[in-house]
Amino acid sequence: MNFWNDPLKVAADWLEGIFTGWGMDAVAAHVLTVFLGVFLMIVILMVVDVFLVWIERKVVARFQDRLGPNRVGPFGLFHPFADIVKLIIKEDTTPGDADKPVYNIAPILSMMSVLILWAVVPLAPVMLGTDLNVGVLFIIAAGAIGALSIIMAGWGSNNKFALIGGFRQVAVMISFEIPMLTMLMIPVVFAQSMNMNAIIQGQSVWYVVLSPLGALIFLTAAIAELGRAPFDLAEGESELVSGYNIEYSGMKFGMFYAGELLHAFTFGGFWAILFFGGYRFFGLEQVSPIFAVLILLVKALVGYWVIMWVKYTMMRIRIDQMLSFNWKFLTPLAFALLLVTALMNALLSSAPVWLYALGMFLANIVTAWVALEIARSATKQERERAEGPQKTAEARH
Amino acid sequence: MTAQQIIFIVVAAFTLVSALRVATARNIVHAAFWLVAALFGVAAVYALLNANFIAVVQVVVYIGAIAILFIFAVMLTRRDMRDASPQLNRNWPLGAIVAALTAAGLIALLRGWDGFTRSAADLPADFGATSVNLLGEALVSPEAYVLPFEVASVLLLAALVGAVFVAFNKKLGGGK
Repeated sequence: MNFWNDPLKVAADWLEGIFTGWGMDAVAAHVLTVFLGVFLMIVILMVVDVFLVWIERKVVARFQDRLGPNRVGPFGLFHPFADIVKLIIKEDTTPGDADKPVYNIAPILSMMSVLILWAVVPLAPVMLGTDLNVGVLFIIAAGAIGALSIIMAGWGSNNKFALIGGFRQVAVMISFEIPMLTMLMIPVVFAQSMNMNAIIQGQSVWYVVLSPLGALIFLTAAIAELGRAPFDLAEGESELVSGYNIEYSGMKFGMFYAGELLHAFTFGGFWAILFFGGYRFFGLEQVSPIFAVLILLVKALVGYWVIMWVKYTMMRIRIDQMLSFNWKFLTPLAFALLLVTALMNALLSSAPVWLYALGMFLANIVTAWVALEIARSATKQERERAEGPQKTAEARH
Repeated sequence: MTAQQIIFIVVAAFTLVSALRVATARNIVHAAFWLVAALFGVAAVYALLNANFIAVVQVVVYIGAIAILFIFAVMLTRRDMRDASPQLNRNWPLGAIVAALTAAGLIALLRGWDGFTRSAADLPADFGATSVNLLGEALVSPEAYVLPFEVASVLLLAALVGAVFVAFNKKLGGGK
């Protein structure tokens, strides 16, 4: 076992050796090493987060035909550090009559709900926080903590805009959790396991080929879960000023903002893990775990870019439209797709790989086509019903 | 004391204190948040027992859905959410009697149980990898829990249909 094949274990063993060399108990040395590993992971994520601010601002600038930050450092790379200094020296305000403990815990929980997700992300075959056998469900559990933090922020601020924003965001999150959870079950059906690593190992054919519709629904639900455009009604600048985080200033606001960016990046990563093969890339991940981490990072950034692309090209939709889109279209479609996938999986279980992939792909296309046809006829009826009285009124004139 | 025992005592104390605060908090929204903390503590106990699936489902269902709905219901139904309403109503003596009887019954039942002193059998080595499969098979196996599982599903479906019926506004044609 050398550094090239398993850098994390080699580093951990080396550190434990040093601690026991100091006369520390073996168990205590192990616990301390694990703790330091977790701490290091969080530090790395926060540094990545700093650069995500730069990436987000640069990318949105390109989408909007601007230059973006370009003053501090090469290509404006150190701009986020200036932002951090600004956020830290800002006055830390607390609104009058705010529910102080709740108000102060909310940003911490918000950041925590994102960082905790990385506990189950397999960075490489041998580099992962915990090999949880229910890793897929863990994503939804962390999302529950995120929803809680938002409702705490909305309630604790003692501000009606914040409360309305919090309500909206939580309504979106608990509704879109259902199609998301259903879509998480599709890789589980393919891989026969809820373990993240097993799901990646099972993707000799990327699951996006087996289930393109599943990948699309997962992305939609993920964007809604993130509260990004076109589902960003919780912020709704034109009506709610800034939504649930309106009363926060300084680094407390920074926690929400940084949490949101890291959340988007993390879901880019989950999209890559569940549907685009995670750290797998034509056997390159076998060479060294270092390559595997880089592959996953690049794939996560591509996923993050797609989420940004959607955010900066779509307009915000109304809350009733969004909820009926979820409950009347996305949720039934997700259930139908899961049923079709499970059925096809049972039918094609003994088929060769190419036939299995082709059958799954065609099943997805047919499901999508049927769903779109049903949606089209339903919207046509709705439009006729809505336009009916108006037309008769015009006829009377 | 092993590290696991220390963690258990910390988690259990946190859960009990949170549960007590649910009942004693003057502000009903705070009570809901303390309930969330207590449910977290229970999830941590499940995790300590190597029941990963149950722990995660506890967070998803109880915190992600039920506690959030509690908070919604409290916030949407009370006129002034900061008011400190009386914490006892007229029925408190009856409630105290029922609680005392339940506690007495539980103590009487558990007195004869040797589970407190006996240590449980070791988990099989591959428990972490197979526990979810075992649970899934038990839920659909006729020898195990298929009947309770299906009955619970039907009950939830009935509750769902009932909720839709209650919320459905006939006059306006479905809340339109």
